[in-house]
Amino acid sequence: MARLNMVSALNQALDQEMERDERVVILGEDVGRNGGVFRVTEGLIDKYGEKRVIDTPLAEGAIVGTAVGMAAYGLRPIAEIQFMGFAPQAFHHILIHVARLRFRSRGRYTAPMVIRMPFGGGVKALEHHSESLEAIFCHIPGLKVVVPSTPYTAKGLLISSIRDPDPVVFLEPKKVYRAIKEEVPEEPYTLPLMKARVVEEGDDITVITWGAHVRTALQALEKMGDDVSVEVIDLQTLSPWDEDAVLKSVRKTGRALVVQESPRSFSAGSEIAATISEKALLSLEAPVLRVSGWDITVPLPKSEDYYHVSPDWVMWGIKKVMEW
Amino acid sequence: MIVEKFNPLKGEMFQILSEEGKVVSKEFAPKLKEKDLKSMYYNMILTRVADEKSLKLQRQGRMGTFAPNIGHEATQVGSAFAMDEKDWMFPYFRDLGAFITKGLPLKNYFLYWMGYEEGMRIPENLRIFTVNIPVASHLPHSVGFGMAANIRKEKFAIVSYFGDGATSEGDFHEALNFAGIFKTPNVFICVNNQYAISVPRSRQTASKTLAQKALSYGFEGIQVDGNDILAMYAVTREALSKARKGNGPTLIEAYTYRLSDHTTSDDARRYRSEEEVKYWMERDPIKRFKIFLADRGIWSEELEEEFISKASEEVAKAVEEAEATPPPKPDEVFVYTYSELTPHLEEQLRELREILGGE
Repeated sequence: MARLNMVSALNQALDQEMERDERVVILGEDVGRNGGVFRVTEGLIDKYGEKRVIDTPLAEGAIVGTAVGMAAYGLRPIAEIQFMGFAPQAFHHILIHVARLRFRSRGRYTAPMVIRMPFGGGVKALEHHSESLEAIFCHIPGLKVVVPSTPYTAKGLLISSIRDPDPVVFLEPKKVYRAIKEEVPEEPYTLPLMKARVVEEGDDITVITWGAHVRTALQALEKMGDDVSVEVIDLQTLSPWDEDAVLKSVRKTGRALVVQESPRSFSAGSEIAATISEKALLSLEAPVLRVSGWDITVPLPKSEDYYHVSPDWVMWGIKKVMEW
Repeated sequence: MIVEKFNPLKGEMFQILSEEGKVVSKEFAPKLKEKDLKSMYYNMILTRVADEKSLKLQRQGRMGTFAPNIGHEATQVGSAFAMDEKDWMFPYFRDLGAFITKGLPLKNYFLYWMGYEEGMRIPENLRIFTVNIPVASHLPHSVGFGMAANIRKEKFAIVSYFGDGATSEGDFHEALNFAGIFKTPNVFICVNNQYAISVPRSRQTASKTLAQKALSYGFEGIQVDGNDILAMYAVTREALSKARKGNGPTLIEAYTYRLSDHTTSDDARRYRSEEEVKYWMERDPIKRFKIFLADRGIWSEELEEEFISKASEEVAKAVEEAEATPPPKPDEVFVYTYSELTPHLEEQLRELREILGGE
């Protein structure tokens, strides 16, 4: 089995789905000749041609907007937004059309599409290139928000997202893009959406996280040693999220820590903490804590370590919950 | 080609019928059978009758806020009459005449404005997209359809309707820019009715015409007298045929006037004069077509009465059916959120039922 990084795994998923289903088309800025600025779509234009791998003008709104039309018509568009920091320029289409087309047409029209975008920071990127705006998408009924954390899950989740009848916002943690390699089966495979996975089993505390911070959490565990038995859950789909998996774990451990990159207030972590308190209150030994980015603008590289969660921050959070 | 003869940069507006109902551009006058001319006239009447009924229903509290349609009949019916069954229509929110002509059952129209989601369930056999409220945001979708048509090598065209205010939105620019680049089979019909709620057309752009904006996207634009149903028919037909042949998009600026308020919640007297409205009332598009038909011996008092009574019956029946529709059930607002009811929505629906009390 080949060891691939996330970029190659995603590229393989796109290639195999385009091969399997001729309705699948890719559109976005620089996705054709250039293969995408992160090379996720590399080589696809040569294989599938300009009609199915479309270099668009520089216009996020119309990339998603025309994808809505294509999807409603019967194609399976995959729209790439170059960086999440530019997604706001397509946001109105995502909110008012992508997410609600099925609802408002009573199922006559649907928008089965994937909107891919690299997100997150900690890679010394320039302004507007490090955002974690996942909560904004999670707040929209009708969307599925999927976040892979490894090359293996990236391939399976992307294939599932492309085949899903609902629109999927697919968030790719760019910090992981080339950071790790793992064994990825050559043949196409799917991983279920709306299902979390237990990455590490443990008994004392549940750490709930997604995307790049699955790795951060595991790094924290390595540093901590065996004093505390930590269960790590990778949510994989942020919305609608796998409550059952989280509640089951918290009922076992009695403690929960959410680790996220995005600002804290009104975040995915807030939703998870609220649900745990509503549904597992009597199992809790301590309040649910959130280790997160702050409620500030993502700082430029010289200050980014003040903002981005590191293994030490996770250790601090675990300690705090355990000592409560 | 009509579009080659009327240059928007020179302020040339295409017209077949003068304000007095006389044919002024014989060479472009469409060859329509009497049956078709009557049918177009009937659709104008039906549109007007349905609109008047809507206003009454709204005032009586039987229908919600809606966008009155009066004055747009020629633009809508003329252009929609030019479409084939396989052409797609992307409406905005003031398109009653186009809906009727394209075949949407009136019941759907009433249901939607009465507040039933079901109203926007377009029958499967009709190529009509959903009503679009956020201004201009449907234009990229219609271009997406055009791109899909090109990718799948299918021969149909797409008409999207929008107002003058829509041309100020970013989506207008992005959509037309894409349409030009990908040479999509789109026909953009800008219904320039002079107002975006209270803001006049002159505040939307410093351009002399809206039609000329097409030139900057690399395709043709033409300004048409939107109160002239024959001109609207002829120009739309030409643009559709061009689109289906793979020769790209066209922007049609239908120059007309909104004779009523923006919606039933608006009071247009706050921002425009009675004289101005009166000027346009005298240029009623139905009246103009009526003169043309009368000159040809097609229109008569009897025909008028017959059409009005037939239209009134049709409208009454649709209203009756719409009002007989039972109120929606709680699950109807949950089921189409995703392809399947997710566990969290099932739970929320259970909660709603519990709050509502034992269902």
